[in-house]
Amino acid sequence: MILLKIVALGIVDAIAVYALFVLVLSDEWLVAGIVAVVTIAVNWIYFSHRALPAKYLTPGVLFLLVFQVFVVGYTAYVGFTNYGTGHNSDKAQAVQALMSSARERVPDSETYKVTVVESLQGLGMLVTDPEGDAYLGAPDSPLERVDAVMEGGVAVAVDGWTSLSFSDVLKRQSEVFDLEVPFSSDLNEGVLRTADGSSANIYTSRLVYDDVADTMTNTATGEVFADTGEGAFVSESGEELLPGWRITVGFDNFARAFGEESIRDPLISVTLWTIVFALLSVASTFFLGLFLAIVFNYKRMRGRKFYRIVMILPYAFPAFLSALIWSGMLSERYGFVNQVLLGGAEIPWLTDPLLAKFSVLFVNLWLGFPYMFLIATGALQAIPDDVVEAATVDGAKPWQVFRLIKLPLLLVTMAPILISSFAFNFNNFNLIYMLTGGGPRDASAAVNVGATDILISMVYKVAFTGQFRDYGLASAFTIIIFILVAVISIVSFRKTRMLEDLN
Amino acid sequence: MVKSRSLMAAGAIATTAVLALVGCSSADGGADDAETTTLTVWVDAERVDALKDVAKAYEDKTDIKVDLVSKANAEIKDDFTQQAPTGKGPDIVMGAHDWLGELVTNGVVAPIELADKQDEFLEVAYEAATYEGQQYLLPYGVENIAVLRNTELVPEAKATFDEMLAAGTFVVESDGSGLANPYHLYPFQTAFGAPVFGSDENGYDTTDLQLGNEGGLAFAQWLAAQGAAGVIDTELTGDIAKERFLSGDAAFWLTGPWNVGVAVDAGIDVAVDPIPTPGTEAAQPFAGVKGFLLNEQSKNKVAANDFLVNYLGTVEVQNALFDSGKVLPALKESADYAASDEIVAGFREVGADAVPMPAAPAMGAVWEFWGIAEGAILNGEDPVATWQKLAADVEAAIAG
Repeated sequence: MILLKIVALGIVDAIAVYALFVLVLSDEWLVAGIVAVVTIAVNWIYFSHRALPAKYLTPGVLFLLVFQVFVVGYTAYVGFTNYGTGHNSDKAQAVQALMSSARERVPDSETYKVTVVESLQGLGMLVTDPEGDAYLGAPDSPLERVDAVMEGGVAVAVDGWTSLSFSDVLKRQSEVFDLEVPFSSDLNEGVLRTADGSSANIYTSRLVYDDVADTMTNTATGEVFADTGEGAFVSESGEELLPGWRITVGFDNFARAFGEESIRDPLISVTLWTIVFALLSVASTFFLGLFLAIVFNYKRMRGRKFYRIVMILPYAFPAFLSALIWSGMLSERYGFVNQVLLGGAEIPWLTDPLLAKFSVLFVNLWLGFPYMFLIATGALQAIPDDVVEAATVDGAKPWQVFRLIKLPLLLVTMAPILISSFAFNFNNFNLIYMLTGGGPRDASAAVNVGATDILISMVYKVAFTGQFRDYGLASAFTIIIFILVAVISIVSFRKTRMLEDLN
Repeated sequence: MVKSRSLMAAGAIATTAVLALVGCSSADGGADDAETTTLTVWVDAERVDALKDVAKAYEDKTDIKVDLVSKANAEIKDDFTQQAPTGKGPDIVMGAHDWLGELVTNGVVAPIELADKQDEFLEVAYEAATYEGQQYLLPYGVENIAVLRNTELVPEAKATFDEMLAAGTFVVESDGSGLANPYHLYPFQTAFGAPVFGSDENGYDTTDLQLGNEGGLAFAQWLAAQGAAGVIDTELTGDIAKERFLSGDAAFWLTGPWNVGVAVDAGIDVAVDPIPTPGTEAAQPFAGVKGFLLNEQSKNKVAANDFLVNYLGTVEVQNALFDSGKVLPALKESADYAASDEIVAGFREVGADAVPMPAAPAMGAVWEFWGIAEGAILNGEDPVATWQKLAADVEAAIAG
């Protein structure tokens, strides 16, 4: 036993030490610190003789921290940032990207053959113009005519400089890529740059970055863009230069969610529908499942097992697949339901706002009742016969037996399942996405939200569709969902505690 | 006794850890010592096979190792956008030209120098590689839709839309659930002279929305008539369209080269026809241009530029890519080479009229409303009012 423990801990420690090694090398000090602390704590727990409960709890707690607490925490953090299209990275990268896209090749300028050369002062360029003349230049000295060794019409070497081969260039490619040689003493004529180490072009820049004043200036119009704390360079007229960068924006996303009419109105209606959808889904699946469980619990019925298996079938298929198939079957003009079952009727199951809501609930009932049926069957069989007999002897009618004895006893076991089922349906993304995609969308609405969209599918649309993703706003929505589900769950668990007194 | 056992255990753990560490570090060290430059390239999983030989040949030629990573097409753009800023993204990523707006706005792609090669590329490919006056994409393949015709049912191509309808059933895919597919309907829209945006020498001008012009209204009315006649149906999804063409039920299918294989496999003798115009102007489909993009945060930009411009942009390589992938090459000379394939040649002919799908982020606002409005018109809403509302909504979304 001790050997197993040693080997297991040894493996854990070896991985941890290796991880530390890698993390420290890549300057991830915070994560490295966390790994170190956790590893020491784990070792202490398993070698100490005092921490017996912790030995059982530690793995679970660790996984909880990594896969739940961290994820929720990180999402919450994103909810307070402007992360999204145009605010995708940090400021240094935004400046780099702006500068590189602002670099314009001088119109109709020639392409020069280039050999990258090196001297004690650093890198330089030995270029050959289209006429075959050789020029030499370095970052601080503009191109000058030189006599060079020519090979196939290209200058390949010059006195006082060492020529770099392509593999030498590759070893220092960042340096070579950033190398800028002034074309002439007039800087407005542009600089030579080489992208591939063998040819160079003349570029001028549309933007100039002043890192002292922290501003971008448009060289053509003279317009100045400054960092005003909005995560982008903004001109006085309010024009933004994108890409910008990620910053924390405090409660802005929440303020937008509740303040902007175009977001608030759909948010409210979607929230209401989500609650209705989750409640009705739980209620309908519960009652149908319970009803069938009672029916198939009737001991004198023949072939009960067969029926039970058939009942469970919808539960055996992956839910997203079933939803997809239902979406095909409910198609207005080509679906099985309308074509075959209803003899060619054109009922807009998924395209009429109200009918689509009904269809979503119906398909969810079809998907969800077997689960309730299974649980209810188990719970029913766990109710001792003598309780029921005693009630019957006391003169209770079957309905009274059910309502006053069986149902309360059932609810003791099923209440937590109903609550978790509510939470599940609250975020039942698969069903909505596969069945209706949130549609039908109201053509008159200004935002991309449909009649059957629930909160989580709306979040998906905000974060992952269209060309302007808004991860910040989407994360703010998920926090709202989290709070809603948490509050509803806590309240219902409080209520169900009363049921436990029954036992 | 107990104490000493713990101590022993600690010793054993330390030994194991050190051994493991030594093992790991030595393995790592070996890789670091190698001097070759490695380019990491993310490739659409469906096209990775077509690139393997080409990448290998480049390795042999330059000693730069090309590491092809197969990625699901649906995930490439988002994964790249999220990973590029961390510095751990690939050096090069395969993508479509209509991603440019989003990627440039996010600052994750770097321009490449194609200006000298402008005349070597098909016009539509070069245009598509350009975003706001800069080239970001090394184009390698061009795709557009055309009319597939079942030659057994209809031996001759038809010149006008009405003649086509008279000759056989025509199918075009919709998105289902009341939504049309604007991408597939776009040729008919342009036939009435209503492109999405106006254009100038820098490409599309997103401030000049042409969607709602007179031609757009004429198109909306035409669309309403097709909807009423059942020619175009919002519930006829891609799968249904495919099935109807494969079963011989439909003689004409407006679709792209990606569906030719399945039709040929089903034993149908397919011809590729131009899209017959129902209006007064040519029916111009959208062209989608596939190509390669350079990561702004790449640490191997010289090697990457060499691989893109000096290798993937050459005729031999594009010919080789055509041989293994059967996608119309973006270089003119290679496109001529590909003309030996009748199907590809057919699509190219139709593609001569094609216009690049606008890549600007403003296009997102168009997509958001477009299919819904077209679907509503097909299903009987008032065409003029719906189309005017579409134009107003798009305009408001772009402005706001």
